Amino acid sequence: MTDATATTTRGPAPSGSRRSSRRPGPWHAALWIGPAAIAIVFVFAYAIYQLVVQSFKYKGAWTGWDNFRIVLTDPLFLTALKHNMELLLCVPVLIAIALLLAIVLSETIRGHTFFRGVLFFPYILPVTVVGVVLGQLLTLNGPVNTALNGMGLGKLAADWLGDPNIALWTMGAVIVWKEVGFGIVLFLARILSLPTETYEAASLDGAGFWRKHWSITLPQMTGVIAFYAVTEAIVMVSWVFNYVYIMTNGQGGPGDSTVVTELYIYRMAFQNQQIELAAAAAVILFLITLLLVIIFFRLQRKSLLAVVGE
Amino acid sequence: MAKVTSPMGRAGSASRYVILVACTLGALLPGYIMLTGAFKTQSEFLSSPWSLPANPTFKAFTESWSAGLPSWFINTILVTAGAVIGVMVLSALAGWGFAYWQFKGRETLLGVIVSLMVVPPVVLLIPLFQFGAQLGWISTFRILILIYVGLMLPFSIYLLANFFSAIPHSLLEAAQIDGASTGAIFRRIVLPLSGPPIATLAVVNILWAWNELLLALVFLQDPEKHTLMVGIAGFRGRYSLDIPTVMAGLTLVTLPLVIAYLVGQRFFIQGLTAGGIKGE
Repeated sequence: MTDATATTTRGPAPSGSRRSSRRPGPWHAALWIGPAAIAIVFVFAYAIYQLVVQSFKYKGAWTGWDNFRIVLTDPLFLTALKHNMELLLCVPVLIAIALLLAIVLSETIRGHTFFRGVLFFPYILPVTVVGVVLGQLLTLNGPVNTALNGMGLGKLAADWLGDPNIALWTMGAVIVWKEVGFGIVLFLARILSLPTETYEAASLDGAGFWRKHWSITLPQMTGVIAFYAVTEAIVMVSWVFNYVYIMTNGQGGPGDSTVVTELYIYRMAFQNQQIELAAAAAVILFLITLLLVIIFFRLQRKSLLAVVGE
Repeated sequence: MAKVTSPMGRAGSASRYVILVACTLGALLPGYIMLTGAFKTQSEFLSSPWSLPANPTFKAFTESWSAGLPSWFINTILVTAGAVIGVMVLSALAGWGFAYWQFKGRETLLGVIVSLMVVPPVVLLIPLFQFGAQLGWISTFRILILIYVGLMLPFSIYLLANFFSAIPHSLLEAAQIDGASTGAIFRRIVLPLSGPPIATLAVVNILWAWNELLLALVFLQDPEKHTLMVGIAGFRGRYSLDIPTVMAGLTLVTLPLVIAYLVGQRFFIQGLTAGGIKGE
């Protein structure tokens, strides 16, 4: 992302004396950007401002940090936050699977496009469809358990979404199923852009599969891995509402076992009508997301420096 | 291009295909259950979920179609079309504004816009809902379209500004010397050159608006205004004893996406990974 801005700076540069005097001044840019800026200011700036103001009030009166104190001592909110943090464990899993498959795909010639297309497919599906179908597959008497029993693996069968001890991990697995295709395609594009000479030299020196990719592929992919890691971390922290809502009928159940921060905010605001508390929880979620973005930009700069330093 | 590695030899290549085929099955099996389930009866679905339907029936399709699918489809198309047309126009204008002029604070502004991409919608939900309620716009498409446009703008501006910036200066300057106005340059040179990125962006935005659930759920409370995603979200609860109807409904909802993906896979892959590949 940092590089993106760098790319745009390459835009039409002033070209000295031959530059036409007819070109209107920079303030003209405002006319072009203005309409979009109004929409952005409304949806983001206005909304965030209102949200923050509201999080410090109760029934219109200023109450300082009270809402935050209430939310941060609410066991349900802490449980929800803990669930989001637990879902973060899906990120390394996603990276590992995506890396392995991207490397395998990069070395596959026949059916390359087909496999890539199929593996990316879950990523374009609506969470609503994914949630309902996989939710159905994973019910106690559903197809997954039927298959496990049929294969004599009845011991592995479980009430995937009904057992509070594993429901969140089932949810995590569903998220991995849908999100991994994004990583595969992202990593694959990067691998295919790497120079082939190093690999040829390594092969001549007798380097095997693991050695080659550990020493050649991985070090050149830190940037794209960091990007994917942070994108997926943001998903786990603040974009999992749809999965939970669909697979638990909006309940976050069984019990509170799959309640996540977004669902807490949604229920606080639209079911309990505690708008101010929901606003405080939303501010906390926003700050956590912001933190992840800052970490990302730090990482990016570091990986860029590493590249420059070599 | 794809690299061939010899050290793994034949065994390595075989194990690679085993991995790929296993993952392909993993990616497609839920779709198989959905599709075959749609042609089964409830008892057949429960007793033999993995088999092909013994006596294919279309009953589940007619059932789910009459449960409200046509109006959900129309509502989704209206919201998606409105929002995507809006965002395409606004982001093309803004993208050109960012690409053509070097003004002070340009990079900062673009950086701020790009980072808005990650703001979770649930954070914006409460104030926007109150805003909509004040205007009496709950259960109207216009408030949802307005919010969708705002949410899709950051990525759209980022993508188009990047692309427009890469157009060779010589082309633009030649037109300038010929006395073309900025608007004319944009219309006659920039837009005609930008077919592929605009198509890619349109695909990404259509997909996003088509699939969006949370905001549609909160803003479109009137059942007559429900979109596809809101409609099928309630499907499983309503038809918990008739899974084939649920599966048939989901099949009908997924079909347009599958067709679009088969036709324009390139646009989906390019558009959805644009941020990451540029970021490298």
